[in-house]
Amino acid sequence: MSNEISTKGIWKVIGASSLGTLIEWYDFYIFGSLAVVIANQFFPKTNPTAALLSTLATFAAGFIVRPFGALVFGRLGDLIGRKYTFLLTLVLMGLSTFLIGCIPNYDSIGFLAPILVLILRLIQGLALGGEYGGAATYVAEHAPANRRGYFTSWIQTTATLGLFISLGVILLTRHLLDADQAKSIAKFNDWGWRIPFLISIVLVIVSIYIRLKMKESPMYAKLKSEGKTSINPLKESFGHKANLKMVLLALFGATMGQGVVWYTGQFYAQSFIENVCKVDFDQSRTILIWAILFATPFFVVFASLSDKIGRKWIMIAGMLLAVLSYNFLFTQLYNIADVKDRIEITAMKEIKTTTAVIKNSNDTLRKVAVKTFYEDGMSMTQTKIDTAYSTSGKTTLKPTVTISKTINSSDYWKMVAIVFILILYVTMVYGPIAAFLVELFPTKIRYTSMSLPYHIGNGVFGGLTPFIATLLTTIYTDNKIVGLMYPIIIATLCMIIGAIYISNKVNKEVNA
Amino acid sequence: MNTIKKYAGLLWIILGPLAIHYLLQTAKSEMAKKPGIDTQIQWGVFITVFYPIAIGFILFGLYALEGNYDHLPEDSSQLDDYEAKPL
Repeated sequence: MSNEISTKGIWKVIGASSLGTLIEWYDFYIFGSLAVVIANQFFPKTNPTAALLSTLATFAAGFIVRPFGALVFGRLGDLIGRKYTFLLTLVLMGLSTFLIGCIPNYDSIGFLAPILVLILRLIQGLALGGEYGGAATYVAEHAPANRRGYFTSWIQTTATLGLFISLGVILLTRHLLDADQAKSIAKFNDWGWRIPFLISIVLVIVSIYIRLKMKESPMYAKLKSEGKTSINPLKESFGHKANLKMVLLALFGATMGQGVVWYTGQFYAQSFIENVCKVDFDQSRTILIWAILFATPFFVVFASLSDKIGRKWIMIAGMLLAVLSYNFLFTQLYNIADVKDRIEITAMKEIKTTTAVIKNSNDTLRKVAVKTFYEDGMSMTQTKIDTAYSTSGKTTLKPTVTISKTINSSDYWKMVAIVFILILYVTMVYGPIAAFLVELFPTKIRYTSMSLPYHIGNGVFGGLTPFIATLLTTIYTDNKIVGLMYPIIIATLCMIIGAIYISNKVNKEVNA
Repeated sequence: MNTIKKYAGLLWIILGPLAIHYLLQTAKSEMAKKPGIDTQIQWGVFITVFYPIAIGFILFGLYALEGNYDHLPEDSSQLDDYEAKPL
């Protein structure tokens, strides 16, 4: 691989690859972002927690199958070429996303509904497992060696931009279905949630059209013309010590830590703001949207910098900063939304009680919403739902209580700044990783070899971060930030391994 | 540095089984605390996924101890020339 590869036409390659990858991430994220709505639609409603956990498990399943997708499509990509393989992953992803939007809910077709959702979610995971490695490899193999970080960084932005677009589409759909906002949200929860899934098919068709026009990667085409492609990529990748040791190093010294930093910064942060700080649905999402918007250019900045000073220390620095500051930053998020030291305006307190008769019974569902206003502009709505039984002496044992806070403008932007810092760490660890992984493996088995550690690091270690962190908060209930123990331990271990074992390669012709 | 790489390998070899032990113990105690299909599925997934990763971590430690990471490929040309030797 030399630096002499021409950059002519590279933007076309980057554009076509990035658009498809962006759509794949969008498809993948809308499911996670709509976890609660999907739980109500597809899982038995008798126990809301069980329904939510089921969806989260499905979400996790989507991540767990990613390594298998990496093996299946990575092998295919090394055998038949990059172009057709990541075209196939795009079709699979687009179709399964579209079909999720078409499945009748649990009330209509019973248990078939969650089963179909699970199957389609697994296909999404498989497709994503094959997509990223293909796109990163394809772009890297078109780029000159001395600017590989810079050119692959555009692929790196797609994961975050996919989240950005999914959040944007969800928020817009949620508010545009009716002039009355309450009715619009009700419609969204009823059927409008399907729209983000259905529109994916249009995006995918456009992307497939663009990708069909692309040519095979020059490096792979050269190998193929010389008859030097791998006959058994899986065996060569994982059955030979020389390559397996690099796969293990990539996983334990880079992608494992990168995965937890990524998912803590973008997903756990949003979940923490919404579920622990109790900031309302829209604000918790727009905070993330702003932070992503400000931080995304840094993917290109750090990846480009990695062409000059090497990938290793930028990634290690990102992990180190994350490990050192997570506790402080998440404590600040919690304190910003805490009502403990705020002064309540008692004259403005609103209490609204509504009742509705439960179908086929004499009992009524009672909803008491108490809205409290504070002097600094924050408001908090506490909603208690219980059943008023017609039988005397019978009471609801545990009413459902939800809290939703609307924070003031100053606190809002403080939260945006903190989440921006968290995503900045993501750009440090994730920006250079595509170039790093590509450079670790030989062309003939690159797709297979780099996909597996990437998807174990991101899918398993990273993807399970919100799940494990939430689980920890249910085990150690008195500590609100105990969930951070998991990403901190994993990132620390990865940082130490990376610092000891990874070499900091710098291309001598980097400034040429 | 190569000495550190080798001796750190011992640490990874020890950490692998410790992680498996911790995972199994936590799973056992959590399943006893909250019996039910949800808990079983959740911990079943964790064990299925992290068990082979822990084995991989032990293997990584073993390779480090054997000195397989003393010299890594310096540039891309070495990678493309590479002829993999079977394990």
